[in-house]
Amino acid sequence: MHWTNAVAMFIMIVSGWKIYNDEVIFGWLHFPDALIVGPYAQHGLQWHFFGMWILALNGLAYVTYGFVTGRFRRMLVPIRLRDLIANIRDALRLHLAHDDLTQYNTIQRILYIGVLIIGVVTVLSGLAIWKPVQFSELLSLFYDFQTARLVHFLCMSAIVLFVAVHVTLALLVPHTLVAMVTGGPVVADETPRTAGAAELTTNP
Amino acid sequence: MTIRAPSPSIFRPKAKIDRSVLTENRALIERIDRRGLLRGTLSLGALTLLAGCDVTDRPALQTFLRGVSGWNDRVQAFLFRPNHLAPTFSEAQVVKPPRFNAYYGVEDVKPVDGASWKLELSGRISDKKPWTATQLGALPEQELIIRHICVEGWDYIGQWSGVNLRHFLERVGADLTAKYVAFRCADDYTESLDMASALHPQTILATKYAREPIADPFGFPLRLRTATKLGFKNAKWITAIEVTNDFTETFWSKQGFNWFAGI
Repeated sequence: MHWTNAVAMFIMIVSGWKIYNDEVIFGWLHFPDALIVGPYAQHGLQWHFFGMWILALNGLAYVTYGFVTGRFRRMLVPIRLRDLIANIRDALRLHLAHDDLTQYNTIQRILYIGVLIIGVVTVLSGLAIWKPVQFSELLSLFYDFQTARLVHFLCMSAIVLFVAVHVTLALLVPHTLVAMVTGGPVVADETPRTAGAAELTTNP
Repeated sequence: MTIRAPSPSIFRPKAKIDRSVLTENRALIERIDRRGLLRGTLSLGALTLLAGCDVTDRPALQTFLRGVSGWNDRVQAFLFRPNHLAPTFSEAQVVKPPRFNAYYGVEDVKPVDGASWKLELSGRISDKKPWTATQLGALPEQELIIRHICVEGWDYIGQWSGVNLRHFLERVGADLTAKYVAFRCADDYTESLDMASALHPQTILATKYAREPIADPFGFPLRLRTATKLGFKNAKWITAIEVTNDFTETFWSKQGFNWFAGI
């Protein structure tokens, strides 16, 4: 699901930039042609309204999976201020531990929850500017058409920023990449699945 | 050391992974180093620049993307709420003059002579007698102060008046169960609406803007104005209306824009 999302996000972002360029929100900001899908406006639109299906269906499956299996509850909470301060201290000393890939640290938890929420707002603001009349109730949550466009743009900016940090950090700790492809550390079968905190042996 | 509970993922294999694979490929795994990965990523980054290349207009890809666009037409028809009204605005919010848009610049607009102009009717309509501007002006007038939204992303609030399209279609005995209402224009532009959108209460054949006859660049003497479609669906300088069950590609849909273009 992560990699499907990565592909969908890539399609949405480079086609979204093409659509943005046709009527810019900020006069100083045009995306260079080398970074956008084209050649003409209709092609950006075609890709955007194709990518939306992959993004939405995959996102819906992911969020359902996260709630139903309890993965979100297990991986993303609790968030404690004490842990956060400890994480920040470790990070500044470049001592943040990455030995246990099955557990997210508090900074990761906050960022992953944040980007999930931003993802949801992106989809909602996108629906509002796609159907400002049919979904006029949704549009009014974003005030009006142009403010909904601005929200959609700012969400994109936040996601791009997240991706930049996320990819950089993953590259700095390369064994995370192996785990992302293989599915993570080996987990012993004989472990009882009932307890949430059963102890396991890691890879040698 | 110990780690916490396994993820109960349904996708996780039940059997243990064969560790011998790791031993056999140890040499290969050791070659995966941080620098190599970073180098590899740089090439990947360079590859993404290919996004700028114009691959989208290749025939096979176009066929696929237009297929998706056709599917999106059907989804939009399904989402369409026939009696849901678009927001309306106050006269103080109206932008004067309206914003110009066409497939050419404003300097290339060829004004239509209102005195000799006629509206031709064809297709599934029982009374196909052409209409003059005077005859159309005698029909009951409906005013709409609605937002015009362009596919490019800009918008403005406009004040349009003219005869309600549903009322006009009933008046000329059109088959309201037909699928499409198609428009031909003096500048060879073509556009068409699905019947549900054509019959929406906020779809009119406009003859006036801000209570004055529409100026030449904005479609004099007759243009379409509907609250439920993007700007380009609102045909200007209309010369003919056809009610039909046959779908024909329109000016912009031929070039790859989504046909339904509902908002």
